Amino acid sequence: MAEVRFLVSKYNSETDAKPRLQEFRLDPPQGATLLDCLNLIKWKLDGTLSFRMSCRSAICGSCAVRVNGHARLACKTQAADAVIDGRVTIEPLGNMTLIRDLVVDLEPFWASVEKVRPWLVPDDSKKYERERLQSHHDQLKIDAASTCIMCASCFSDCNVMEVDPKFLGPAALAKAQRFVFDTRDAEKWDRLELLGQIHGMWDCTHCAECSTRCPTDAKPLERITELRRAAMAAGMTDNNAARHVLGFRESIGGFKGIGGSGMLNENYLPVRSMGLSIGGILSLIPVGLRMFARKKNPPLIPHVIEKVGEVRKMFRRFDEYNKEGEK
Amino acid sequence: MRYALYTGCVAKGAGRELLTATTYAAERLGIQLNEMKDASCCGAGVVDDDNRLLADSMNARTFSLAEASGLDIMTICGTCQGVMRAAQKKIDGNPDYKARVNAALLKDTGRVYAGKVKIKHFYQIIHEDYGLENLAARVTVKLAGLKVAPFYGCYVLRPHEYSDVKVPDRPDYLEKFIETLGATPVDYPEKLKCCGFPILMSNKTNSLQLSGNAILGAIKAGADCIVTPCPLCQLNMDSYQPEIEAILERKLGLPILHYPQLLALALGATLDDVKTNTHIVRPNKALHEASD
Repeated sequence: MAEVRFLVSKYNSETDAKPRLQEFRLDPPQGATLLDCLNLIKWKLDGTLSFRMSCRSAICGSCAVRVNGHARLACKTQAADAVIDGRVTIEPLGNMTLIRDLVVDLEPFWASVEKVRPWLVPDDSKKYERERLQSHHDQLKIDAASTCIMCASCFSDCNVMEVDPKFLGPAALAKAQRFVFDTRDAEKWDRLELLGQIHGMWDCTHCAECSTRCPTDAKPLERITELRRAAMAAGMTDNNAARHVLGFRESIGGFKGIGGSGMLNENYLPVRSMGLSIGGILSLIPVGLRMFARKKNPPLIPHVIEKVGEVRKMFRRFDEYNKEGEK
Repeated sequence: MRYALYTGCVAKGAGRELLTATTYAAERLGIQLNEMKDASCCGAGVVDDDNRLLADSMNARTFSLAEASGLDIMTICGTCQGVMRAAQKKIDGNPDYKARVNAALLKDTGRVYAGKVKIKHFYQIIHEDYGLENLAARVTVKLAGLKVAPFYGCYVLRPHEYSDVKVPDRPDYLEKFIETLGATPVDYPEKLKCCGFPILMSNKTNSLQLSGNAILGAIKAGADCIVTPCPLCQLNMDSYQPEIEAILERKLGLPILHYPQLLALALGATLDDVKTNTHIVRPNKALHEASD
């Protein structure tokens, strides 16, 4: 491989006001990973370069860094694949405080995971003769989340976390799914209740950065969606986001004998989302008036699609779809 | 060139100027559009939070409608595009799941999804089917001097496995499009981020802070306006810009254009033709000068 320019973030809190990119030139050996390159830089070019590493096998989750702006495991990334126009940029993970060079303070990440009580709470009312057995079918429901290696890549690139440090974040929510869906756990409902609160599962925007950056099969966005479905199926809908979901269901498919339009009713949805909150409904007035003044408001008589009966029929069998979909 | 036009809900509701601009641009380019008047909402990822099989089957119904017409689908909403492509890839990639979707679809609608239809956003059709060279030949108004910030929207880019963008971490569709129209694309880190729209009703502050960061990033990079292929991003950044200004405690005043609006302007449309008068943020001096 030809010489590559590695632009590596350097920062020493005692001497630097902010991090800077330092260039190191290296000709990576055939098959070298980015972690191999970081080690070569440390051994040959700059002994002070600080970064975390351990297993070199994408198991321990220590070496996550931002490569060309996005979180990745250095040990699971071939240097050759990361080079763009002869350069690779390596920076620390985001959404956490920098300690030195590529090392961030992971404390907020661990704190978020701890909030979801990431341990099994056994159901003592059940009598077990020996160990608590689980069927293969049930195990598969928590298989994906169990592959999480706590590398914090998702936490680093989560868009919501950038504006709300109190957000539980993708790793914690994926971990929560692992226990909510564990048939041996006794606290499913308490857990869903907790996750349904502000800064919880409903605050995710679906930006899918987490699943895109996840180096395993844990794919947090998928797990968050499963948690939401579990809450909806259990009727835990006393919040704006869940009512927003109901608003979709009702305006497309119909509600209490009133046929849906097959489309989203943009007048109904915001009001439905606010529930009985007077403050919430009042908060919609400025934007509503603004849009009305510009003739931007959605038509008062909702647009109904042709052959809407087909869609209404599908929604009338909502529960059957749900059951069949869970298989 | 003829496509089945899937308008999505916003182009029929709070973003009707999107449909106006699409119709204008398609006519000028000789792209024939048959509007799918019997297609439903795509579910916007929200119905998926409720019932996956129903969400995917509802989209499979839309696909089967297009297949019956013999036309491929053109979307004009980044979210519709992402949701429908994800549904299609999930269904196509799993024969068992496809059988379940089709069994449900057959029972309720008498329809079956075969798996033939292609689903493309207008921007993909311009790039892949129409061609930027052909577009350049049709551009009548060079938007020279206009600095345009591209904003992609999550559903166009992520998750990568469902995206049609070749290198979703470094996309250049919008940049090349902006250049073809004679304008100048500006680069800024927020162009690949989330606008926050999906949580607008449940956490308005977070939602609008995300949009605000994107608008600020574009302004810092010197943009005269933002262009986006997703009307939900447009809605959050335009209709709520006064609230965003209150959160950021500064004036912004950055116009947010739909992809087909910028296209139509370069094809000779006036600002009135593409109904920028319905936007909350009115066109600024740069936009007036470039499109005159």
